[in-house]
Amino acid sequence: MSPAGNGGDAALAIELRGISKAFGPVQANRDISIQVRRGTIHGIIGENGAGKSTLMSILYGFYRADAGEILIGGRRVEIPDSQAAIRAGIGMVFQHFKLVENFTVLENVVLGAEDGRLLKPSLAKARRLLKQLADDYEMDVDPEAVIEDLGVGQQQRVEILKALYREADILILDEPTGVLTPAEADHLFRILRGLRDEGKTIILITHKLREIMEITDTVSVMRRGEMTATVRTAETSPEELAELMVGRKVLLRVDKAPATPRDVVLEVRNLRVVDEQKVERLRGIDLTIRRGEILGIAGVSGNGQSELLEVLGGYANGTGTIRMNGREIDLTGSASNARTRRARGIAHVPEDRQREGLVMDYSAWENVAFGYHSDPRFSSGLFMDHAAMRADCDDKMHRFDVRPPDPTLAAKNFSGGNQQKIVLAREIERNPDLLMIGQPTRGVDIGAIEFIHEQIVALRDQGKAILLVSVELDEIMALSDRIAVMFDGRIMGERLPDETDQRELGLLMAGMAGEAA
Amino acid sequence: MDLLDVIQILDSTLRLATPLLFACLAGLFSERAGIVDIGLEGKMLASAFLSAAAASYTGNVWLGCLAGIGASLLLAAIHGVASITFRGNQLISGVAINFLASGLTVVVGEAWFGLGGRTPQLMGAGRFQEIDLPFAQEIRDVPLLGPIYADLLSGHSALVYIGLLCVPLTWWILYRTRFGLRLRAVGENPAAVDTAGVSVAGLRYAAVMICGVLTGLAGAYLATALSAGFVKEMSAGRGFIALAALIFAKWRPWYALGATLLFGLLEALGNRFQTIQVFDVTVPTQFMQALPYILTVVILAGFVGRAIPPRAGGEPYVKER
Ligand SMILES: Nc1ncnc2c1ncn2[C@@H]1O[C@H](COP(=O)(O)OP(=O)(O)OP(=O)(O)O)[C@@H](O)[C@H]1O
Ligand SMILES: [Mg+2]
Repeated sequence: MSPAGNGGDAALAIELRGISKAFGPVQANRDISIQVRRGTIHGIIGENGAGKSTLMSILYGFYRADAGEILIGGRRVEIPDSQAAIRAGIGMVFQHFKLVENFTVLENVVLGAEDGRLLKPSLAKARRLLKQLADDYEMDVDPEAVIEDLGVGQQQRVEILKALYREADILILDEPTGVLTPAEADHLFRILRGLRDEGKTIILITHKLREIMEITDTVSVMRRGEMTATVRTAETSPEELAELMVGRKVLLRVDKAPATPRDVVLEVRNLRVVDEQKVERLRGIDLTIRRGEILGIAGVSGNGQSELLEVLGGYANGTGTIRMNGREIDLTGSASNARTRRARGIAHVPEDRQREGLVMDYSAWENVAFGYHSDPRFSSGLFMDHAAMRADCDDKMHRFDVRPPDPTLAAKNFSGGNQQKIVLAREIERNPDLLMIGQPTRGVDIGAIEFIHEQIVALRDQGKAILLVSVELDEIMALSDRIAVMFDGRIMGERLPDETDQRELGLLMAGMAGEAA
Repeated sequence: MDLLDVIQILDSTLRLATPLLFACLAGLFSERAGIVDIGLEGKMLASAFLSAAAASYTGNVWLGCLAGIGASLLLAAIHGVASITFRGNQLISGVAINFLASGLTVVVGEAWFGLGGRTPQLMGAGRFQEIDLPFAQEIRDVPLLGPIYADLLSGHSALVYIGLLCVPLTWWILYRTRFGLRLRAVGENPAAVDTAGVSVAGLRYAAVMICGVLTGLAGAYLATALSAGFVKEMSAGRGFIALAALIFAKWRPWYALGATLLFGLLEALGNRFQTIQVFDVTVPTQFMQALPYILTVVILAGFVGRAIPPRAGGEPYVKER
């Protein structure tokens, strides 16, 4: 290694000194300094909007810092673009993958790191190297597979392979487990440990304290753009970290009274859905949800949960019977749409908030007003009352603690957790009989999770029926009054949360009904 | 209709398809990189004018051709700056270029030559000459193959052959080179290219410039090979037909050849059969000549299967996580 210059320490893989970055009025990073030792896994936690992704994007040359310096291996470097970051040995797996969907795995890996002007030799070399990497780290992916045919877990592996192919010494992962199943997450951690043991340095951003405790060596906490603490993982506890993050004590479990279910709100019989490729996605679903209870749907994503929400929400077609408060809902024809479902008392927080829950280019107040625009409060005859809408949004933002509480900011400029709060505020305020929530806390920080969970339980206690779909078993176990497990378009079984455990649910989720029952 | 008729029709198909082919490949480069270009028409027109003007001034068609490419490149650069650097709306920039070319060619033409927007008739070395392929005369008498070679394939201007060569060349660049891989990637997901350490703007400018060169050739061909001089609005919607052909071709080079030949064939048929009797009805000339335009509308209305355009097409690239 080269001798340390600028007073840097060569045993440090990364050192940041006084990094600041503002987006207009929002100070995303303020005078951040951090040191990460070579060959360690360093966790970064912090609330939504704390500035974690921004900091890492600066390190990867995706954004430029307004001030501060970056030292890699003890030497000062300038990172004006991603090219420079790659040259400095940094690889990054973004929260939203940066893959060309209709390219093969091989093409994605090679892109930007080709050996010469002609593709053939580069591809041949990459194929060899990829095989080697796959063997070394048990990262099996078919090099010739097209990205859009792969599951998210596999796509993530491609992102890691991309970084390793570029000989990255430092690997940054931004919320890598948000989209993974528990088994995939375990596998990822095995890979990360293997990389660390080889001397690579890993930075892991996550909201899950369990993961921090399980895999990191040191952990830094960010709050409102500042780095508030860095501690050794072995010397801390989830409770302490949560407190450092939010600035107050956080309840890490859900406090709720036993449910008192009353009359049936939603009844689903033999619901079937066939998709455009003629594949049967739902194969006869039967469900009942009563007033004052939370029905949790567990399952590995892609087993029909999304289709179930879509049909119930009125934007996909299906066959079977759905009864809402005893009256049948028309499943086909022009009257079957999201608007008529709303009128019947169904509200929906979609799984994919960026695609289905929000119009990302529109401001927060416009998003909050969607579906309400003909409400008498907001319209006077032909025209909409923008001032009233804005005031209403401002009010909701304060009650749901959305940060920053600025109704005019475009939805895309809020962090993930805050986007979720905006959708939730809109749907909960509808005062529905049935609230369907898909992945309520995906990518959401623990402070906000606590808040969202409290809201859901409060809604239940007001006598609403709640259908909760989540791939997080912890969340399902903590919130549900009853748990239904979905696999391959069917309900494998129903369990009561205190009469089951993760193992049994895990087996059901894998489709093994016989052994589990 | 005998063999000779067929060969004549196919021969003019090839001639008429050539400008479409250049323009279509031009659009292919641009759109594959994510820059929608409805300014093909204007660039073609500008190139047609300047190539004819320069050829008549210098008496050298190659210099004319270079001037045409220059004009087209200039407009391409404007489109690039507007849509890449300033992240403007690509459709609006394209429309502006079409207006600009349509107006400027006539005004400048009148100022320079005073011929009502025309350029002087090109003669001799001021026009692309027809090239006889080797042995064309010798094998003319071989049945079938002889006439196909001597009358259909041989005897076109250099640009026709250059256009045909551009098809495999484009394919090779797109699918066999590093540049092609990056170009296709930037039209699908520029963020992937950016995070892989490659300049999105650099690639897009390169694509827009290639597009400029190819539309330049299309325009020069119109004025100095297909005709003998510039006439007002001589591109006659070919830029838009090329875009329709591009969609029909699903943004692929070999399909682009097929699609433009089809349009060329329709135009050739329209020229050849001014009137047709279908049973007792006489199909009017206007209908025959409108055939390529009708097909354009049919394609753009989506009647010929679903074509999936490059996913980032038309979207300026803004960094987002
Ligand atoms: N391109 C942008 N323009 C304007 N503001 C932005 C932009 N990107 C981020 N911000 C703001 O900067 C702050 C930090 O955002 P950042 O995405 O870094 O948070 P985070 O810690 O990664 O949050 P999360 O846990 O939700 O992913 C937020 O307030 C966000 O709204
Ligand atoms: Mg983030």
